Amino acid sequence: MSSATFVGMPAFPDAARGATADAQLRHNLRKATGTIRGKRGEVVEELDDWSELREAGRAIKDRTLRHLDRYLETLEESVTAAGGTVHWAADADEARAIVTRLVRATGEREVVKVKSMATQEIELNNALEAEGITAYETDLAELIVQLGEDLPSHFLVPAIHRNRAEIGRIFRERMGAWGVPAPEGLGDDPRELAEAARRHLRQKFLETRVAVSGANFAVADTGSLVVLESEGNGRMCLTLPETLISVVGIEKLVPSWSDLEVFMQLLPRSSTGERMNPYSTVWTGVTPGDGPQEFHLVLLDNGRTDSLADEVGRQALRCIRCSACLNICPVYERTGGHAYGSVYPGPIGAILTPQLQGLQGPVEKALPFASSLCGACYEVCPVAIDIPEVLVHLREKVVDGKRPGPEKAAMAAAEWVLEDPKRLHAAQRAASALRGAVPRRLPGPGAAWTDTRDVPDVPERPFRDWWRDRSRGGRGGEERR
Amino acid sequence: MRIALFVTCVNDTLYPGTGRAVVSLLERLGHEVVFSEEQTCCGQMHYNSGYRRDAQRLAVRFVRTFEDADAVVAPSGSCAAMIRDNYPRLGEHGSRLQRAASELAPRVYDLSELLVDVLGVTDVGAYFPHTVTYHPTCHGLRMLRLGDKPYRLLRNVRGLTLVDLPGAAECCGFGGTFAVKNPDVSAAMGSDKARNAASTGAEVLCAVDNSCLMHIGGTLSRERAGMRVVHLAEILASTEREPALA
Ligand code: SF4
Repeated sequence: MSSATFVGMPAFPDAARGATADAQLRHNLRKATGTIRGKRGEVVEELDDWSELREAGRAIKDRTLRHLDRYLETLEESVTAAGGTVHWAADADEARAIVTRLVRATGEREVVKVKSMATQEIELNNALEAEGITAYETDLAELIVQLGEDLPSHFLVPAIHRNRAEIGRIFRERMGAWGVPAPEGLGDDPRELAEAARRHLRQKFLETRVAVSGANFAVADTGSLVVLESEGNGRMCLTLPETLISVVGIEKLVPSWSDLEVFMQLLPRSSTGERMNPYSTVWTGVTPGDGPQEFHLVLLDNGRTDSLADEVGRQALRCIRCSACLNICPVYERTGGHAYGSVYPGPIGAILTPQLQGLQGPVEKALPFASSLCGACYEVCPVAIDIPEVLVHLREKVVDGKRPGPEKAAMAAAEWVLEDPKRLHAAQRAASALRGAVPRRLPGPGAAWTDTRDVPDVPERPFRDWWRDRSRGGRGGEERR
Repeated sequence: MRIALFVTCVNDTLYPGTGRAVVSLLERLGHEVVFSEEQTCCGQMHYNSGYRRDAQRLAVRFVRTFEDADAVVAPSGSCAAMIRDNYPRLGEHGSRLQRAASELAPRVYDLSELLVDVLGVTDVGAYFPHTVTYHPTCHGLRMLRLGDKPYRLLRNVRGLTLVDLPGAAECCGFGGTFAVKNPDVSAAMGSDKARNAASTGAEVLCAVDNSCLMHIGGTLSRERAGMRVVHLAEILASTEREPALA
């Protein structure tokens, strides 16, 4: 049973080509993101203090990040005092090794999983599989992705790129190989599909003794971890097994219980468009006779402290993974999540992935450019991450690290012309002299424009010539473009 | 009032009619327009593409050209937003550019802001007997927060019928170098915008930015949609004696 991986995917512009040509995918995405967008809009609109809440969310996260070292120590102390064990993982390799060792120590060969971005980020399932341990995803959408040997394409709805006909087929063909098979004659009615998933998962909940989760928040002063979800499947994993291992990014911290209140309002409204999510599970270490009797917290850095060192880029660490920026993004709506070639898609992925992984390969270097800078993401972000600002900042880093080439030469030439009005004027006159000679389809890089768009007609003369002529009492205003 | 025109490099080179419209409109309203031939470009393309040092050099020139003006009008929402929102954070902390840009930025206006907020006029006495739909553009909508200003100006134009544009708030997909770096996504966004515009049945798509209009208009013309794109300035400058699109 193999899991897919993002490693080795093509860079955004190439990946997007296939996605934009897939009419079914575009239809699925437009419908799904449109629905969540509408719901979010309604529940945000009804609060008259939304902008204050958003500002509070931003400020709490910024304060936490500023003193992250201190809060992390507090968290470690309170989790330990409550009977849990804290592990520190500097990178994905370390985190995978810690979790694998902990599962092995239990003697179990199967784990149930609560939906978690951190474990996706470190590709935990593949690592466990290599050690002969099977991880079962229990979030409905993650289950669809796992059974389909597919990759997630959205934070909240990892299978957003699938419609129900495709889901019915995946269940019929693949469920049996993983456990309780789909019922005879399963169709594609959403209720039927949910029932099939319920029966399939129930067996896992009842039989599996180890669970792996992430967390939406970790409260430093009490050592409590918090998971918000819709289905209750997470609750099952967090309460029934004997051992619970939670992999949590170090930026998930909030200082105190009272800070949590702000995010309990911001997250559900931004994420599912609900006033409150159906299931909120909070656990603090180990409670004798109640829930898992062994609790491990793996605190994951994996590039986060590097991002923290970047004055402009660090705001990305405020992210609470609500996915509002994905749902509003016109680029995401047309490409879907896979084109971003990373676990974190959409606008936030375009600024987070290059920071966590470094601007190393073509995928990371293309991501800061995967945006028209329309600003819709910034406007909806519940913790006010100025995503366009970080995109531009990362573009500067890409450009600085670039060897001389046609683009750099063209930009330098453009600047040289624009820096001096005389040169600009000469260029304008040259363009006007050649105005009749501009072909409808341009060769070379210009084709990227003229493949789908006509070029504008070059005017007889630039504005500045008209102005000069007019101020000398010349032919003035009678000409047209 | 004496108003300095920053025509923008795109309008200067490709859409001089927009610049002429701003001049004739403001003069008709009794104001004086000045144009410094020292001006070139605000540096938006360089800034957005990651060429910060080039953008800084262009910003220095801009600030030097316009720092004595009482009011600067830029008939381009994205250039006005570049200057107002990005100039103050473009220079190094404590630099002369940062100080001068922060001082100048609040006096730089998009045309609709200048008319409604500074000159206090919403009826400019224009005549434009056509059905028009308005695309708000991302910079106008989310950075300058123009809100209903352009709509108020358009509603007061005699002969003009204004119709709603479906999906108005969504980006047209131009995005400067985005249009050539990610041509497939840009084209997909552009053709959705063009389809929405054409579905209104309007004769004219109007906006405050010729860059967006070049992209949407280029798509409409390739798709032979038979719809014109016209800058807001040209509609507001149009009169019965000197009509646009005659
Ligand atoms: S960046 Fe903001 S909007 Fe996007 S997922 Fe994170 S918190 Fe939500």
